[in-house]
Amino acid sequence: METTNRLGLVMASYRGGKSTLCAGCGHNAISERVIEACFEMGIDATHVIKLSGIGCSSKSPAYFLSGSHGFNSVHGRMPSVATGALLANHRLQAIGISGDGDTGAIGIGQFVHLMRRNLPMIYIVEDNGCYGLTKGQFSPTADLGSTLKSGVVNDLAPIDLCAMAIELGASFVARSFSGDKRQLLQLLKAGLAHRGTVLIDVFSPCVTFNDHRGSTRSYEYVRDHEEPLHELNFVPFFEDITVEQEPGAVREVDLHDGSKVFLKSVAADYDPTDKLAAMRLLTDTARRGEYPTGLLYVEPDKVDFCTQLNLVDEPLATLPLERVRPPKSALDEIMESLR
Amino acid sequence: MDNGAAARDQPPSEPSASPVVNEFTIQIATVNGSGSQTANLVLLRSIFQMGVPVSGKNMFPSNIAGLPTWYTIRASARGYISRKKEIDILVAMDPETAREDVLTLPPGALVIYDEPLRLSELRSDVTFVPVPFDRLVAPVCPEARLRRLVRNLIYDGILARLLDIDMGEMETALVRQLGRKAKATELNLAALKVGWEFAGQGLPPQRAFRVERMDRTADMMLVEGNAAAAMGALMAGCTVLAWYPITPSSSLCETLIRYLRKYRRAPDGACTFAAVQAEDEIAALGMVLGAAWAGARAMTATSGPGISLMSEFVGLGYYAEIPAVIVDVQRVGPSTGLPTRTAQGDILSTALLSHGDTKHPLLLPGSVGECYSMTMDAFDLAERLQTPVFVMMDLDLGMNTWMSDPFPYPETPIDRGKVLDEARLRQLGAGWGRYADVEGDGIAYRTIPADGLPPTFTRGSGHNARGQYSERADDYAENVDRLARKFDGARHFMPAPDVDVRPGATIGIVAYGTSHFPVCESRDQLREEYGVETSYLRLKAFPFHDALTAFVDAHDHVYVVDQNRDAQMAALMRLDLPGDRVAKLRSIRHYSGLPIDARSITDALLRREGQGPLAEPDGPASAPSARREQ
Repeated sequence: METTNRLGLVMASYRGGKSTLCAGCGHNAISERVIEACFEMGIDATHVIKLSGIGCSSKSPAYFLSGSHGFNSVHGRMPSVATGALLANHRLQAIGISGDGDTGAIGIGQFVHLMRRNLPMIYIVEDNGCYGLTKGQFSPTADLGSTLKSGVVNDLAPIDLCAMAIELGASFVARSFSGDKRQLLQLLKAGLAHRGTVLIDVFSPCVTFNDHRGSTRSYEYVRDHEEPLHELNFVPFFEDITVEQEPGAVREVDLHDGSKVFLKSVAADYDPTDKLAAMRLLTDTARRGEYPTGLLYVEPDKVDFCTQLNLVDEPLATLPLERVRPPKSALDEIMESLR
Repeated sequence: MDNGAAARDQPPSEPSASPVVNEFTIQIATVNGSGSQTANLVLLRSIFQMGVPVSGKNMFPSNIAGLPTWYTIRASARGYISRKKEIDILVAMDPETAREDVLTLPPGALVIYDEPLRLSELRSDVTFVPVPFDRLVAPVCPEARLRRLVRNLIYDGILARLLDIDMGEMETALVRQLGRKAKATELNLAALKVGWEFAGQGLPPQRAFRVERMDRTADMMLVEGNAAAAMGALMAGCTVLAWYPITPSSSLCETLIRYLRKYRRAPDGACTFAAVQAEDEIAALGMVLGAAWAGARAMTATSGPGISLMSEFVGLGYYAEIPAVIVDVQRVGPSTGLPTRTAQGDILSTALLSHGDTKHPLLLPGSVGECYSMTMDAFDLAERLQTPVFVMMDLDLGMNTWMSDPFPYPETPIDRGKVLDEARLRQLGAGWGRYADVEGDGIAYRTIPADGLPPTFTRGSGHNARGQYSERADDYAENVDRLARKFDGARHFMPAPDVDVRPGATIGIVAYGTSHFPVCESRDQLREEYGVETSYLRLKAFPFHDALTAFVDAHDHVYVVDQNRDAQMAALMRLDLPGDRVAKLRSIRHYSGLPIDARSITDALLRREGQGPLAEPDGPASAPSARREQ
C-alpha cells in the first residue's frame, strides 16, 4: 500500500507537469525535493502558491504541485508579485523559485527589499552561475575566474546571495546543493515550518552550459567543494520523535510552528543564530573557495512582514463588503472636514 | 448679469468706474518654503465661505525652499473655475520675480507689494500699495524666526479690507486651517489684524474690485483631486495599496493611508487593508498585480515616470488578465520634465503601454467629483474586464483646490466581475478554462488561490484557453483576438461622454479632464463675444463610446483640446474612430506646464476658423504673460 501523509494524500498528488528542462538539470532534482517536502509535511496544496520570474529556474513551478495556483511572472519581479499575493492572503504558503540571474541581476532590487521585509515565504534560488535559457552567459553569482564553455573567463567577483540575505534581514538563510538530496529535503521541510523569509540558495548545475572543466558550478566542482556545516535533522511539530542527542554536540532550533531542527556540527561547532558568525563564515569560506552548506542563519522569532502590518486574521482578499467599505458616516465625516 | 464680460471689455482702470464684483484673479508671488500656503488657503476659503465661486491654483517649483512660487485665486460669480491668464490683483513678495510680475499685469491692476522692493516706479497704469511687512510683523511676532511665516497673514488682512472680505470669515478660515495649533493660530490672527488695521489707516480706498456675499457655495466643499480619489478608493473597498512617492501623486496615497488607518480597522485595531511603500514603481505594480491575482482589490498611484517604469508589468496584467487600478496624476514630461507642472502628456503612451499589441482602458475624470467616482468605478471595471484600468488625472486636478458638491455614498455593491464559483463551474463543466470565452464577450472566468476550485497557472508567456503554455499559432491568434474583443466590448460599459449638441452648430469641441472648465468658459466667450455657437463632447473614457462617432458625424469641424504638444487624444481618436472621419479633426494644444485657460481655446479656435482677432494672434491680452505661456 502506498504511503500517505497526515492529510491522507499520496506523494503523487504533489507532482506537477512533466519537466521540459534538460535531462540531468539540477532544477529537476530541486522540484523533486519540493514535492517530497510538501508531501512529508502534509501541506495542503490548495493553499500553496508557486511563483517565479523568468528563466529556466522559473519554469520549474509548473513541474511540482499541480494542485496549487502558479504565477510565472516577469523577469526579476517575482518578489513584488509574491508580496502582493501574500498581502491579499497571508494564510497562503508561498514558494518562489528564481534563478541567479533572475535574482542577482535584473531582480536584485526586489530581492533586496523582499529580504528586508522578511516576507513569509520560501524563496529558492536555483543557482547555476549562468543564464541557461539564453545559452550560457555568466550570471552575477559566477565565481571569479570561472570560465564559459567558450573559454571566456569571468573577471568579476560573485554576489553572495546568502550573505546579502542575512545582512538584509531574512530570518532563515541556507545554502544547499541540488545533488545533496537529504540536506535539501531537511532544509525545505524546516523552511515550510518557519514563518518569515526562507532564502535557500541551491547550487544547481546547468548540465548544458555550465558543467565543464573550468566551471565552478559543475556537478564535480560543487561536490568537491561543498562543505556541509552540520548534519540536519528536522522534526515536524506533528511527529513525536526524540532524537538521540550527545550533549553539547547537537544544537536545537525551535521553529515557529513547534517543529524543531537538530544540527549536529560536522567540523567546528556552528551556531546558526549568530549573525556575525554567519557573515564571518561566508567571508572566510569565500576566500578559501569553499561552499559551506546547511542552515547558515536562522532567527525563528523575527516578526514577518504580514504580522508587522497587523492584518486581520481573515485574508484581505475575501473580506465581505461591509468590512471593506466604511459606512456613510465615515464619508460624511471626511466631507465635513472639507467644508 | 455678466460680470465676466464686463471685466474683460472695460478694464477697471478708472477709479470712478463701478467696482468689479466677485470676478477677478489674485496672484500671490512668494518664494517656496516661506509658509505662504496657510495665508493663501485662508484667503481662498474666506471668499468661498462668502458664497462666491472660487478656485485656487498653486504654481510651485520642484524644490523645498527658495524658488519662486505663484498661488492664483480666481473668484468668479459666473462660476468659472479654470485658470485665467490676466491677473487683477498681485501680491508681490518675491524679489526675484516682482518686477516681471508687475510688468505683465493688465492696466488697472492692483499691486500689494513688500515696500523694500520699490516697484511703484515701474508703471503708472496700475495701483500700487506698498506694505512694510517687516515693520508690521515685528510687534505681533516677538520670535524673529517665525516672522517670515507669520507675515503672510498681513496680506490677507490687507486684502480683506481692500476687497471687503468679511474679517469674521477670514478668522474662521484661519482657525479651521490651523486647527489645534494654538500658538500658531494666535500669532497668525494677530498678523491678520495688523494687515486689516494697516489697510484702514491712510491707504487710499480701492474701488476696482470687491467681494460681495453670494449663495453659490452652500453645501459645497473645497477638496483636492488627490483627496477625492483617495475617498473613492476607500469607498471602493480597496484592500491593498502599493505605491512609490512621486509628485504629484504622493498626496493621493498619503491621504488614502490616513483614511484607511482611521476607517478600516477591526475593533481590535487590526487592519482590513495593507499599504506598502514599495522600492520603486515597478515593484508597486508587481504588488498590485500579485494582490489582485490573489483576490484583493488593489491599486497604485503614480505619475509619468512611474507609468514608464510600470510598462512591463502593465503588459503582464493585460496579457495574463489581472485587474489593477492605476491612477496617473500626470505631470509634464518627457523624462523628469517639469515635475510640479501640469499636463495631459501620458494619454497616448498609457493607452498603448507596454510592448506587443496592448490597449488599456482609461478613465478621464474632469472634476474632483469624478476623481472620486471614477477611482471607485475603476475597481469595478478592472475586475469586470480583468485588466489594468488607468485613472488619468493631472497635477492641476490632483493637487489644486476645487469646489465641489458633496460626493454621493455608493448605493450599489461592488462588482467583482467573473470570479468562478462552484455553481458556475458545474454549469460550465468541461467548457471552463481560465481563458475560455464562454459568454462571447471575451471575458473568461477566473479563480483565485485557496478558493477550492481548479487551480490555474498564470503566465505572461503564450497560453491557450485552458491557461496552458502554448506557442501554437492558432492559440496565440485566438487569444489576442479575444483580448481585442474584450477591449472593444468595454466601450459599452465605460462611462459615456457628456454631450451638448447645439442646434445649428457646425463646430464641435471635444475635450477631457481639466480642459473641461476652460472649454465651458470658452464656449461662453465664443457665443457672447463672437456669436459662434459650438457643440461640446466631453470624453470620460477610452475606448471611446459610439457617441463620439455620432458627434464627429454631426459637425463640420471637431476641435480636440489636448494639454500636450502632440495632440495625443486626437491621435488616439484617429486610431479608434471608424471610417474616414479624421479629416474633420482639428487640434487645439496647450503645453506650457500651466493649466489651459479659456481665452487660449477661444483664440485658437477662431484663428483656425478664420474669425476673430486674427491679425494679432498674440494680441495684448496674451502677450504680457508670454513668458510663462510659450
